[in-house]
Amino acid sequence: MSEESSTATATVPAPKAPAASEGEALLQVHDLVKHFPIKKGLLQRQVGAVQAVDGLTFDVRQGETLGVVGESGCGKSTMGRLITRLLEPTSGKITFEGVDISHLSTAKMRPLRRDIQMIFQDPYSSLNPRHTVGTIVGAPFRLQGIKTENGTKAAVQDLLELCGLNPEHYNRYPHEFSGGQRQRIGIARALALRPKMIVADEPVSALDVSIQAQVVNLLDDLQTELGLTYVVIAHDLSVVRHVSDRVAVMYLGKIVEIADRDSLYASPMHPYTNALMSAVPVPDPSRKQEHNRILLTGDVPSPVNPPSGCHFRTRCWKATEKCAEIEPPLVALKTGHQVACHYPENAPTDVIAETITVSKEAGEAVAKAAEAAVAAKAEETAEAAETAEVAEVAAAEEAPADAEPEAAEAAAEESTEAVESTEAAESTEGADAKGETKS
Amino acid sequence: MTDSQTSTTETTVGGTAPTSFLSVRDLRCHFPTDDGVVKSVDGISFELERGKTLGIVGESGSGKSVTSLSIMGLHRNVGKKNGPRMSGEIWLDGQELIGAGREEVRKLRGQKMAMIFQDPLTAMHPYYTVGQQIIEGYRQHNPQANKKAARDHAIQLLDRVGIPQPDKRVDQHPHEFSGGMRQRAMIAMALANNPSLLIADEPTTALDVTVQAQILDLIRDLQQEFGSSVIIITHDLGVVAELADDILVMYGGKCVEKGPADKIFSEPEHPYTWGLLGSMPRIDRELQERLVPVQGNPPSLINLPNGCAFHPRCPYADRTEGLSKTEVPRLTSVGQDHLAACHLPLEVRQQIFTEEIAPRL
Repeated sequence: MSEESSTATATVPAPKAPAASEGEALLQVHDLVKHFPIKKGLLQRQVGAVQAVDGLTFDVRQGETLGVVGESGCGKSTMGRLITRLLEPTSGKITFEGVDISHLSTAKMRPLRRDIQMIFQDPYSSLNPRHTVGTIVGAPFRLQGIKTENGTKAAVQDLLELCGLNPEHYNRYPHEFSGGQRQRIGIARALALRPKMIVADEPVSALDVSIQAQVVNLLDDLQTELGLTYVVIAHDLSVVRHVSDRVAVMYLGKIVEIADRDSLYASPMHPYTNALMSAVPVPDPSRKQEHNRILLTGDVPSPVNPPSGCHFRTRCWKATEKCAEIEPPLVALKTGHQVACHYPENAPTDVIAETITVSKEAGEAVAKAAEAAVAAKAEETAEAAETAEVAEVAAAEEAPADAEPEAAEAAAEESTEAVESTEAAESTEGADAKGETKS
Repeated sequence: MTDSQTSTTETTVGGTAPTSFLSVRDLRCHFPTDDGVVKSVDGISFELERGKTLGIVGESGSGKSVTSLSIMGLHRNVGKKNGPRMSGEIWLDGQELIGAGREEVRKLRGQKMAMIFQDPLTAMHPYYTVGQQIIEGYRQHNPQANKKAARDHAIQLLDRVGIPQPDKRVDQHPHEFSGGMRQRAMIAMALANNPSLLIADEPTTALDVTVQAQILDLIRDLQQEFGSSVIIITHDLGVVAELADDILVMYGGKCVEKGPADKIFSEPEHPYTWGLLGSMPRIDRELQERLVPVQGNPPSLINLPNGCAFHPRCPYADRTEGLSKTEVPRLTSVGQDHLAACHLPLEVRQQIFTEEIAPRL
C-alpha cells in the first residue's frame, strides 16, 4: 500500500502556477441567493426561510484555487452545491464559461456536468459500498455515454494510477481501502471526464493529519498536470492557506472578505477574519502564554432570522448602531482585497478604494456622495465620511437612477450628525481622497 | 515486551502504589475478533501528577481512545469469553483499578474521574433534559442531596461553563443546544462531582475553530480553578500545544515518544513525530511550497508489522542496519524526562534532525 502512495506524491514537484491575478473568469457568480422554505401546518404554508446563501458575488478564475472558509452553518456547502447546480438558486446568476446555468434543467445541465465535478467530504459515505472501484470510477463514462479508446476499464485504470492507487485494485470494494485511499477513489471519479472545474467540499477534514498532506499534495499535482480550477471549501484555515490562491471568508450566508491569499493572511481586515485566524491553535507550546487571542462569544445566529445590518454585529467587538442599521457592502480597500465592514482593521491608511466601475447614471449620485464626504471633512467627523463612502458604493452598485439621489441625500443628512469614532483620521482622509478622484 | 502478553490475559495485581496521582503501567488491551486479536493498546506506561495535563496524540486507530476507556473502566465484558483482555496496572490516587471490582470502579467514575466525550450529540441522551442528565451523576454520588439542591447545583454548573440563562437552559433537551453549548453542557456534566481526573477525548474535534478556542480556554480555566489533572486525547497537535504539559505520542497501540510538551515540539526524537509535525500546514510559519506527508497508511492492529510498527512508513528505516524490521524498539531516555522508541543510533538521529528536520519545523 505504501508504495502506491509514494509514487503519487513523488510526481512533479513543480511549484504551483501563480494564477491568482491573471486568467479569465471561468465561473461568475452574481448576487446568488438560496433560501430554503420552512413550511408548517396542514396546508404547508411557508412560514419562513433558512437564508442559507444570501447574496454572493464572486469570480473563479481559470486555473486558480479559490478557498472558501467559514464556520459550520455559514452556507459554504450550500454555495458549493449551487455552483455545481445540485441545487437551484432562489435568485441570482451563475455563469460558467459565459453560459448562464442558474436555472438550466437537469437535461440541459447534463452535458455541462463533464466540466464541473465535485469531491465530497466523507469518503465513507460518498462511495457506494456495493460497487467495485471499477464501477464507481467508471460510472461517469457510463452515465455520459462516453466511449474511450481502449475501453472504459483501461481508462479507469489510468485514472487510478493518476491518483496514486494500484490499477489492479479495479475489482475491489470501498471497504477494503483506508480513508485516504477512498478519498483518492473519489478524486479519480471526479477526474474521469477531465473536468475544467472541481468543487471540493472539505476534501481532507475526515482524514488523519499524516494522510491529509498526501491528499493535499495530490490535488496540487493534479492541478499542475491537468490545469484544473478548484473551489475548495474547508473550515481549516491552515489547509486553506496552503492550497488557495484566493480566499473567501463567509459568515451567515454572505462573503465578508475575499482577497488574495497572502494579502488576507498577512492583514485580515474583517473583524471576523481576525477572530478566525487568532482562534487557530498553533502547534507551538511557547506561544501558549501569549494568550492574545480574540475570543468570540456565543454562537452563529440562526440563518432563519439573521441580525439586521451587518450579520456579524452580534458577536463583533467593534459594532456600533450603524452596523445594526446599514449593511456594509463588499468593497475593495486594496487591490484584490474586498471586505464588507464599516470599521475594517489593517486597512491601508490612505484608503483609496479601487476605482469602482460607475455607470453613467450613477455618476451624478457619486458626485453628490463625494460632496457629502468633503462636507464631512470640514466637520472632521469620521462617521459622516464613512457613511458617504457607503452611499457612494451603494449608489455605484444600484444602477437604477431613481434610487441614488435619495441615498446620497441620506448620506448628507447623516453626515451632519457628528458622531465620534475611533478611526476618525484615517477614514476622513480616505473619503477626502476619493472625493478628489471622483469629482 | 513480547512474551508478557501471552501470560497476562487476566488481570494482574501486584506492585506497589506509586507516588504520582495517576500511574499507568504496561497497560494492554486486546480485543479478540473473528479475524484475529486486535492489539489496540500494547504496553503503555505513563504517570500524571496532580494539576498537570497530559496530551495523548496519534492517528485514528492508534489506541488513544481505548487507553482512556481503560482508565475509566468502560470496557464491557472484560475477562469474559470474547471480551477484551486487559492487563497492566492503573493506579489512581493509590488505588489499583484493573484488579478492582466493577462496583468499586463505578464509585470512582463520575466522582474521582470523569470524561468528556467527542461528540456531545451522541454522548447525551436525547430524551432527558440537560439538567436531568447532570443531576443523575450528582445524586448518584451524593444521595443525601435533595432534588432542589441538585437542580441548583446543575444550574450553578451550567453557569460556570458559560451557558447563558442557565435556569432556563437546565430544562431544555440536548437538541435545543448548539454544538458549542452542548459541549459546554457535557463539560458541566463531567464536572458535577468535582473530579480530580478529567479525561477529554477529542473534546473539540466536532467544533468550529472559534468555538474550539472557547472550549479550550474553559478547560484551562477550570483546571486552574479545581486543580484537577487532565488527559487530553486528540489528533490535533495544535490543541495539544495549547493545553498539555507532557505529551505522549502513540502509534500502533504503543508509545513511540513521550516527554515535556516544549521538547516534543522543539526537539522531537521519533521519525513519526517528525512526520506528524512536518505534514501539517502551519499558519504561524512561512508558507511551504509543498507539504511533506508521512508515506503509506496506518497499520492494521491485527497484523502489526514486525519490529518497529512504523518501519514500513519510516524514511530512515534503512539506516538502522535492519533492526527496525526485526526488533521492537524499547523506549529509551533521550533527554530529561524525554523518551523515544527508535532504533536509529543517537548520533544518526541527531544528524538527521539537524540537517533535514529542524529547518522544516
